[in-house]
Amino acid sequence: MNVLASLPVAIPFAAVGLTLLAWRRLALQRAISIAATAGSLGVAVALLIAVDTDGVAAVAVGGWEAPIGIALVADRLSALMLVAAGAALLGVLVFAVAQRDTDEALRAFHPVYQTLAAGVALAFLTGDLFTLFVAFEIMLTASYVLITHRARAGDVRATMTYVVVGLIASALFLVGVGFVYAATGTVNMADLSLRLADVDPAVRTALGWLFFMVFGIKAAIFPLFFWLPDSYPTAPTPVTAIFAGLLTKVGVYAIIRTQTLLFPVEGASTFMLLIAGLTMVVGVLGAIAQGDIKRILSFHIVSQIGYMIMGLGFFTVAGIAAAVLFVVHQIVVKTVMFLVGGLVETASGTGRLRDVDGLLHRFPVIAVLFLPAALSLAGLPPFSGFVGKLALVEAGFDAGRWVVVGVSLFASLLTLFSMTKIWAGAFWGAPSANLVRRPPSTMLAATGALVVLSVAIGIAGQPLLELATRAASDLLDPAAYVAATLGGGA
Amino acid sequence: MRFRPSLLLDVGARSMVPTLVLVSLYVLVVGHDEPGGGFIGGLLAGVALLVVFLAGGAAQVSRVLPIDPLTMVGAGMSVAVATSVAGMVLGAGLLDAGKLELDLAWIGKISVGSTLVFDAGVYLVVVGLVAMVLTRLGAREETAP
Repeated sequence: MNVLASLPVAIPFAAVGLTLLAWRRLALQRAISIAATAGSLGVAVALLIAVDTDGVAAVAVGGWEAPIGIALVADRLSALMLVAAGAALLGVLVFAVAQRDTDEALRAFHPVYQTLAAGVALAFLTGDLFTLFVAFEIMLTASYVLITHRARAGDVRATMTYVVVGLIASALFLVGVGFVYAATGTVNMADLSLRLADVDPAVRTALGWLFFMVFGIKAAIFPLFFWLPDSYPTAPTPVTAIFAGLLTKVGVYAIIRTQTLLFPVEGASTFMLLIAGLTMVVGVLGAIAQGDIKRILSFHIVSQIGYMIMGLGFFTVAGIAAAVLFVVHQIVVKTVMFLVGGLVETASGTGRLRDVDGLLHRFPVIAVLFLPAALSLAGLPPFSGFVGKLALVEAGFDAGRWVVVGVSLFASLLTLFSMTKIWAGAFWGAPSANLVRRPPSTMLAATGALVVLSVAIGIAGQPLLELATRAASDLLDPAAYVAATLGGGA
Repeated sequence: MRFRPSLLLDVGARSMVPTLVLVSLYVLVVGHDEPGGGFIGGLLAGVALLVVFLAGGAAQVSRVLPIDPLTMVGAGMSVAVATSVAGMVLGAGLLDAGKLELDLAWIGKISVGSTLVFDAGVYLVVVGLVAMVLTRLGAREETAP
């Protein structure tokens, strides 16, 4: 158990060192990088099975016991996130290796990519607020490199927005950690969940909303999302895909973790539901107005974050379970959508809907990959998005929050509309002259594997929802989490 | 503008650099029980490189380095990770530290912790990064017309 919970962080870090040593040999770098990512995914799956059967696994790093030392804690939520993230990381990595003439051939890609993977894994596993900050920094610093690495002159402004907003959020995060330490004298999350109960409710609420805002910037919720649709599309496809699939979801994970463990409330939070509704609608309306595949998808990232916040806002087991399931579905589907967008760009040289036509006739395989992912994003049965949204809607009915449920269904309808816009714009019609290059088979295979995974999430919806429900019950009753962490590396 | 070395800085650097490197190694070794460690030691060695840079420019920094900074970062990272997982292989946990007591007859007893190896890795990463900053970002100024 100890080993399983440590490896997801250790493997990518080892890969960083080895890929740096293999600097002059790209083939070796690729082999190390892919082996490490596949290994991490395998470990994550084993960890999920172990945690689901045996309960929370905690590691006191360096043998320093929990409230003082750094703890790595794997519960069902962390393990589930690690598995989804591992699958997305592997798919995108294979896609990046297969895609010629990109970033990946520059030798810095693999070390930086593995650094990002290490940061993401550490963020999911840490049981310590300050280490969570460190994990975010590792992840974000790597993302700054990836997004600015090949930015063309015109893109630099958008990527600078990304970097500056990221740094401001990090500064606020650090200030928040300082406040928490000043109020309680600890940064261990399990310890905090006990000690924050004694803190003045006003201070506690203020801290709770401060963290909600900090992670809200990272997760791109309304009104803090403005940086995302401008900056994401400027990066190369693999980079955009992994940012879209993972980075905002790490923010959502942090929101779920801190709000349930540190700042639990009684009953649904109307304010959070309001934010969720606005995020969904503003995001999807932004998407409808766009004419470029990656920009449309970037606004959808924002819109879909609203659903996750809605699930958390109900603050019931069913609501949080639905949110968790929805995050897992989004990590996979969002990654796939951006990879398909990249395939379209590879085939035609552009992502502007105006300039692409008739992909269906010229490259039907891209259409086959796009369709299930798009319908899943819109939430049509039997795809994974439907399972997630159905669970969310049921949770909303149980909580008696009709308005926000109505808003979410309306946003789904608009999502479907903007997916048909891509379909009609790029796939129908007579093939345009610029459809010249068939994407390499490995790129198609990598995308296809993630599509299959997303369909599998839809088919295995029931067992997954049960798993998510167990994860959510753990979150709302953190006694086991606290005991495992403070019990000292059991 | 061509780089013009200054005699004063050059002579100063010759005496400062070895001292700084020695101090940085001392700080690295005592880091286990006393203030210090790989990060601070690495920064001190980085300061030594900075002095070299001021006196002789980026080219001089590349010349005094025994190995390529990238290799240094990669090796340091690998060493640090290897030590942190070594604990797991030996049945303890991530980053668990071991200690080796050596009795060196008349020199006395010394104890070497596995943390020293970890710190040495950190040291290499920090020195390598400083060297990269100096050689990559510092080179521009000299090659510009």
